[in-house]
Amino acid sequence: MSQPNRIQGNNASAQSRVDASKPITFSFNNKPYTGYSGDTIASALLANDVDVVGRSFKYGRPRGIIAAGAEEPNAILQLGKTEATQIPNIRATQQLIYEGLECHSTNGWPSTERDVMGVVGKLFGRFMPPGFYYKTFMAPSKLWMTYEKMIRKGAGLGRSPKAVDPDTYETINQHADVLVVGGGPAGITAALNAARTGARVILADEQNEFGGNLLSQTDLLDGAPAQDWIDNSIDELATADNVTLLINATVNGYHDHNFLTIHERCTDQSFDLAPEGEIRQRMHRVRAKQVILATGAHERPLVFGNNDIPGCMLASAVSTYINRYNVVPGKKLLLMTSNDNAYNTAFDWHNSGRLVRAIIDTRPAAGKAVVKKATDAGIEIIYSSAIVQAQGNTCISNAMVAPLNETGEKLSGSVKQYDCDTIATSSGWNPAVHLSCHTGGRPTWREDIQGFVPDNFNKNMIATGAGNGLYPLAEILQDAASAGAFAANACGFNATKTSYAKAEVEDVAPSMPIFHIPHFKPTSRAPKQFVDFQLDVTAAGIELAVQEGFESIEHVKRYTALGFGTDQGKLSNINGMAIAAKKLGKTIPETGTTVFRPNYTPVTFGAISGRNVNEFFDIERYSALHTWHVENGAEFEDVGQWKRPWYFPKGEESMHEAVNRECLATRNGVGIIDASTLGKIDIQGPDAREFLNRVYTNAWSKLPVGRCRYGLMCGEDGMVFDDGVTSCISDNHFIMTTTSGGAAHVFNWLEIWHQTEWPELEVYFNSVTDQWATLSISGPKARLLLGELTDIDLNPDTFKFMDLREGVVAGVPARVFRISFTGEQSYEINVQANYALAVWEKLFEHGAKYDITPYGTETMHVLRAEKGFIIVGQDTDGSMTPYDLDMGWAVSPAKEFSFLGKRSLAREDTVKENRKQLVGLKTTDAKTVAPEGSQIVLDPNQKIPMTMVGHVTSSYYSAVLERSIAMAVIKGGLDKMGDKVYMPQADGTTIEAEICSPVFYDPKGERQNVK
Amino acid sequence: MFLIYCPYCEEERAEEEFHASGEAHIVRPTDPESLSDEAWGDYVFFRKNPRGNHHELWQHTTGCRKFFYMTRDTATYEIKEIYKVGEQPNVATAPAVPNKYDQFSSAQAVKK
Ligand SMILES: [Zn+2]
Repeated sequence: MSQPNRIQGNNASAQSRVDASKPITFSFNNKPYTGYSGDTIASALLANDVDVVGRSFKYGRPRGIIAAGAEEPNAILQLGKTEATQIPNIRATQQLIYEGLECHSTNGWPSTERDVMGVVGKLFGRFMPPGFYYKTFMAPSKLWMTYEKMIRKGAGLGRSPKAVDPDTYETINQHADVLVVGGGPAGITAALNAARTGARVILADEQNEFGGNLLSQTDLLDGAPAQDWIDNSIDELATADNVTLLINATVNGYHDHNFLTIHERCTDQSFDLAPEGEIRQRMHRVRAKQVILATGAHERPLVFGNNDIPGCMLASAVSTYINRYNVVPGKKLLLMTSNDNAYNTAFDWHNSGRLVRAIIDTRPAAGKAVVKKATDAGIEIIYSSAIVQAQGNTCISNAMVAPLNETGEKLSGSVKQYDCDTIATSSGWNPAVHLSCHTGGRPTWREDIQGFVPDNFNKNMIATGAGNGLYPLAEILQDAASAGAFAANACGFNATKTSYAKAEVEDVAPSMPIFHIPHFKPTSRAPKQFVDFQLDVTAAGIELAVQEGFESIEHVKRYTALGFGTDQGKLSNINGMAIAAKKLGKTIPETGTTVFRPNYTPVTFGAISGRNVNEFFDIERYSALHTWHVENGAEFEDVGQWKRPWYFPKGEESMHEAVNRECLATRNGVGIIDASTLGKIDIQGPDAREFLNRVYTNAWSKLPVGRCRYGLMCGEDGMVFDDGVTSCISDNHFIMTTTSGGAAHVFNWLEIWHQTEWPELEVYFNSVTDQWATLSISGPKARLLLGELTDIDLNPDTFKFMDLREGVVAGVPARVFRISFTGEQSYEINVQANYALAVWEKLFEHGAKYDITPYGTETMHVLRAEKGFIIVGQDTDGSMTPYDLDMGWAVSPAKEFSFLGKRSLAREDTVKENRKQLVGLKTTDAKTVAPEGSQIVLDPNQKIPMTMVGHVTSSYYSAVLERSIAMAVIKGGLDKMGDKVYMPQADGTTIEAEICSPVFYDPKGERQNVK
Repeated sequence: MFLIYCPYCEEERAEEEFHASGEAHIVRPTDPESLSDEAWGDYVFFRKNPRGNHHELWQHTTGCRKFFYMTRDTATYEIKEIYKVGEQPNVATAPAVPNKYDQFSSAQAVKK
């Protein structure tokens, strides 16, 4: 297949990095194309004379490739051969082609070629004026839902794969003395000078090879082609033990304390799917003592009418395609520039054997050196002029050129047409300040270079080269060498001299500050002059925003969506600011600054998650009995990080059937639950008792050895945040239990008070949750069962409710607590976790004759609700005091020390009438189980919005009571016993219920004392 | 991500190992019952939010589990000093910046 724009024969670039002996076939929008090894998708498409690569988001206008690097706003592709390997938002300018690569326009809907979207877009654009987002957000939210679908589809946001990503990603922690960001002339020089001191250096570059802008330009270094210097330098760095070189590695985020992330694409440039055993992408987490930003600069396009017609490009990008890729993107070039530097593009084009129609210089004169070169090449220069408008549809057919006045604000003569198919423009360069902003730096404006440079916010960061607004190559090299040495010395190394390559010095005429080319019509009526290509923001849109009263550049950006695309406005921000500033009658620095946030270019979720996927996504905690639960068919529930058995279905049982069976088995025989996940904190020391007095609401001074007590913990705000039973093992030794989900928080709570407030108390805490397994048996047959397996005297007159005994159970040492969360006679058997399975199995062996039944958290919830026992976090929500829970019996106001939260229990707000209080609810229809979370009203006929007085916190069907039961918090509920309340449901029905005591079953508590 | 020196472990470690626990040097009143609702409310609910140096309580949660103090610039995130419980800071906090919305806050209304 022919590549009409590939430069042939003698005109070919001597420094080209593509290998014509290695053709590669790939497809773009389902059509096959051929490029060469070393081509990006962009260079290969341009070689094949593909003009249109996408459609613009709002107006549906055809769009072509503008840039050659990360700043590309239009050529945004969806990559991937299979559903599982889809990656959105790939810039065609940064992705190499490989055999079989498949890619599509992201924003080509419905087609990049046909003009359907062009028509749709014209209508669409009309109802999306500037301020569209703003106005839509202010409009009823329903409208936004409608717009969003259309916007997503048209906006080039790409799509994520629907299949599981088969590739492996990983994270690596790195430490460096000096991290050098960017491997162009500045970065390489800085790295060399830092590395030669012995400092540990990382040099990272986003491209597939080092060299940066040298790959695009024809400069000589030390009198030889720059590539020789690049090769020698990289050889030296590659062989040094103290240097890590990373290519295809974008430093995408600069975080606090010099922590940076580097997104390395290991196989993306060569494969759709990483080869077996290879990592696709790697996220380097780098902590660097010093960071050198050698990030280079992005060229700024000039803004003029129809400047988005495919064929309008950055001057430097045109040079890159010619010199680096041997591709000349058209036949006839018209160059518009406000500086000398861009003249090189005309010379590169001329040397490729194609026609330079003219150089349009906005200035009255140019530097002598470039003028001489142009004259020698026979290229016409038209001074004090500008391209006011490009013409054409899917490619440029000609351009309208007019003379400019001295300030560049007005046209000063008549228009002349020039035929051309490519327009290259340059209004100077924007240093890539992005990373310097990530931790809070605010770039400062430099009038002399008409650009923002990084500020001194971070003392351990140095910006050098074009990234710091330094453009002559000779100066870049010298400055970067000093930066490298300085950074190494800041890390304690001793650089005494610097070395750097010599570049030619040329006389350069000053450039002209001009951003927006005037048109002979007012901006609002001129052909569209695009500023942000990705989001279709025009100069007219920005002027309108200012006219509508937006003065802050941050507001203008939000109003117009300037810089809100996936390119973060790399090309558009400064031009947009300049246009806003001019309209406001202010200077650019008066208008504001430009701020960029991570990430520099889009990062895949794979690279962010690394190995933390599937079972490694979050920690999963298992009890010592987990395998038994799995083998016995448990369904599991997540409780914090714990996997707890939810219920144990038999055969084809539904959850409801299983829970009913488990509940009845426990009420009538014996049930068993693995309660090992309860938090257990071992508390020792002579002041342990006093400490408990301070953190619990109730009194601990008189708890005898061998006894247990239920306690509530409140924050200093008086609100309950945990509960549990604490037992006295000996006078100086207690064991505290906490809720399964709250253990870590409680442990922290004890430590913070001990370490920061009461260090004088001699008390020690140790988490023993994992060391002890807790096997809880419950039911009328529990004592009979345990009696067969223990030497502990279970006589209920001596081993009473809330007693603790130590002894042997099933042959192993155990602590047995006679405490109950079911209301039945219960024993919590605590054994060392590694004995748990043996004891558990012994209990089943002996329990078979009592029909011992394992149950999970759901049955536990029902059984405790039948007894009105609360679950902190379900029946409480951080706004409930012990009194709100009707648990004043657990508060001892008489304690000498004012326990945590006590004073708050007397605050005006906590003692006021009509607080929400915990009560029980019985639905009028005994079979109706009210949904948890149902809102409660007193008058079901009240008009919406109804007065809501509370909500349902727990609601179940109770098998033993053969009816539904619920717990709820209701305003003044404790004084409303017997009252009817109503729960309107989403389906329009209303559930009626009666307020009652939350103790539904065995209100006198006789069952736990059965003999 | 911060790099934090634990004064007990005597090492710089990544922020992931630590947990911020709010403003430092909040002393619990010795006789809470003697305080007015407002004074007690100040202790329980109100915290400084300075732009600049701030004394903070941190815990080396996944390390030695000790609490310690940090003076940190809330604007630059620079850590100015680390000191142990029982010690006093050398760097003063930034003056409280009046919040322009203060006049609308209910707390302010109660105080008046
Ligand atoms: Zn530590």
